Amino acid sequence: MEANKTWKNPIVAWIDNRLPIFSMMNADLVDYPTPKNLNYWWNFGSLAGIMLVIMILTGIFLAMHYTAHVGYAFESVERIMRDVNYGWLMRYMHMNGASMFFIVVYIHIFRGLYYGSYKPPRELLWILGVFILLAMMATAFMGYVLPWGQMSFWGATVITNLFSAIPLVGQSIVTWLWGGFAVDNPTLNRFYAFHYLLPFIIFALVFLHLWALHVHKSNNPLGIDVKGPQDMIPFTPYYTIKDAFGLGVFLIVYLGFVFFAPNFFGEPDNYIKANPMVTPPHIVPEWYFLPFYAILRAITFDIWFIPAKLIGVTMMFGSIIVLLFLPWLDRSPVRSARFRPLYRQFFWLFLVDCFVLGAAGGHPPEGHWIWIGQVATAYYFAHFLIILPLLSYLEKPRQLPSSISAAVTPGGVGISAKGVAE
Amino acid sequence: MKPVTCALAALALSLSLAASVWGGRAEAAEAVAPPEVDWSFSGIFGTFNRASAQRGLEVYKQVCSSCHGMDLVSYRALTGIGLSPEQVDALAATHEVNACCTDAGEPFTRPAKAADRFVSPFPNPQAARTANNGALPPDLSLIEKAREGGADYIHAVLTGYEETPPAGVTLMPGMYYNKYFPGHQIGMPPPLSDGIVTYSDGTEATLDQQATDVVTFLTWAAEPTMEARKETGVKVLLFLIVLTAFLYALKRKIWSDVH
Ligand code: HEC
Ligand code: HEM
Repeated sequence: MEANKTWKNPIVAWIDNRLPIFSMMNADLVDYPTPKNLNYWWNFGSLAGIMLVIMILTGIFLAMHYTAHVGYAFESVERIMRDVNYGWLMRYMHMNGASMFFIVVYIHIFRGLYYGSYKPPRELLWILGVFILLAMMATAFMGYVLPWGQMSFWGATVITNLFSAIPLVGQSIVTWLWGGFAVDNPTLNRFYAFHYLLPFIIFALVFLHLWALHVHKSNNPLGIDVKGPQDMIPFTPYYTIKDAFGLGVFLIVYLGFVFFAPNFFGEPDNYIKANPMVTPPHIVPEWYFLPFYAILRAITFDIWFIPAKLIGVTMMFGSIIVLLFLPWLDRSPVRSARFRPLYRQFFWLFLVDCFVLGAAGGHPPEGHWIWIGQVATAYYFAHFLIILPLLSYLEKPRQLPSSISAAVTPGGVGISAKGVAE
Repeated sequence: MKPVTCALAALALSLSLAASVWGGRAEAAEAVAPPEVDWSFSGIFGTFNRASAQRGLEVYKQVCSSCHGMDLVSYRALTGIGLSPEQVDALAATHEVNACCTDAGEPFTRPAKAADRFVSPFPNPQAARTANNGALPPDLSLIEKAREGGADYIHAVLTGYEETPPAGVTLMPGMYYNKYFPGHQIGMPPPLSDGIVTYSDGTEATLDQQATDVVTFLTWAAEPTMEARKETGVKVLLFLIVLTAFLYALKRKIWSDVH
């Protein structure tokens, strides 16, 4: 850390001398040197952090009134909606917050893909991000079970049943996960315990993610290393105000849904209490799982002695695990897609492929959707395992600018991390 | 392709795919799209028309409540559609609830109070099925939120019966033909027809009037906090829009020396 600041306020100085918490905040939030050319796609990291805090806060207030029991869960959520002061606000913020959290994090991930933020020296930062995504998915999946509606129950049944595909021990694992022979009260109780725990694990992962970030600092739209203070500006006031403005726009969208279309992302079936005797005609997961659901269902045939279900499950988990290896699959030394004429085209194709997968996951697997889902699944893996490694060798990148300041403020030095008008 | 065109093309394609998922969901649930009704409660400034909701309560009491319960709604909540506390007490007192127990440990029944939930017509689902040819009349507390198409759909079901099914359709015994119910065969006999209820405010009880009123009441019952939500929302969003405009101006000012 840089030399500790001297503080005017004697109490602050006394504390800081013993526990340099103020120096740390100053170094990481105020003076923190940041590339001067970050665009608005860089807002989504701080938005994701704020979403996590909002989820934890609204979640704790919900937990004060929620009852994790199959006989009361559905009714307790309706009590929150009807009788608890501002309960409807907490519940709708939590429900829509989960969707917004995923939108923000998906944009954040695609930002990283476009600008090559996963490349050296930020591989661990990227890997920590993939773990955060996995933990978020587990949290959201278990949270969706808590209101104990029809989709809660049947979604939980379908997804936990996937583990039965594991050879030999599959069925025992499923029984162990359920705590019985069907999704029932023990399942609901343990999902609630994990749903409360996991966000705090995410919090710890985010801490490590930011620690790793602050070692090598942010990547930037040019993808080139900073060459010196003339390429940087202090985080405060420049990025604090930019993040604050971004937060304002984001809250307008998020709260717009909360107040005026709170059930837009939801399924009507989840307002029907769970009933193990009645299967809904078409069980769909939350929208943010649809691409993975499509990959799961893409395999409709056995390969030799391996059953289709096992391959589907492996591919579904594999579609996220492959992200962990991305820094070593894409060997191109150039980070930003701006200077990679071929990669840039494939980036957009990959994005479209993810939407195709989402669409395939949202439709019943009939007619054209079967082969569409299969082709899109094949392309998903080909992007990482074939296209990226090949591009690393075949593509001729464009000339990189000599420095950020040369590219962004060619007219003059402007200001820098050392202060205004150097 | 230029990068911008490329990105725009990708975005357009992606959005149309996303739309197809939402389209697909709706399509799977309803065979025939319900006609749109101009509801008092739709839109960001929409509120429940009190007179209509109260007439809807009359329809529920006189017709639907012989088959359907509303377990999640308490009598006292009815002040939300403009009933006075005295009216609520009087309405509650017309029902009996089981209570426990006398000092001697005997269960007894007492008149319902304002704090009680709507009393159900049947003691349990088996009894409800037995009385309805095997079909289970669902609880109506959340029905507006629990069906794709919401208020429009319920209005359509209540008004979409046809006495003679189209040629080629044979109804199963005890079933009725309904244009909007998925599969078209519904176990609920047509509950409403012109003049089946008498409104205390003298409004003419046409079929459409009754359906509109009862759906307004059911929509209120599904989310009694809707008006508070929209009212708060308008204030919060106005505040946020002004705040964000100021933040934008400040951002421009602070960044002016970087560019
Ligand atoms: C004679 C008993 C009876 C009466 C009276 C009655 N219903 Fe029903 N209702 C049923 C039954 C039985 C079903 C289940 C039908 C099925 O699943 O086939 C049902 C189903 C419904 C449904 C669900 C349709 C769907 O999409 O699943 C709604 C909404 C409904 N009734 C509203 C009403 C309203 C509003 C009234 C009063 C105007 C009313 N019902 C009066 C027996 C009744
Ligand atoms: C990563 C952060 C979190 C995510 C993504 C998340 C996601 C979800 C989701 C999708 C639901 C279902 C909402 C619905 O359809 O009704 C839910 C419900 C719930 N969550 Fe969370 N949650 C998070 C954090 C928390 C925390 C920290 C707590 C407790 C301290 C919590 C407590 C609850 C409770 C009590 C419910 C049931 C009430 C309800 O369904 O509305 N959540 N959560």
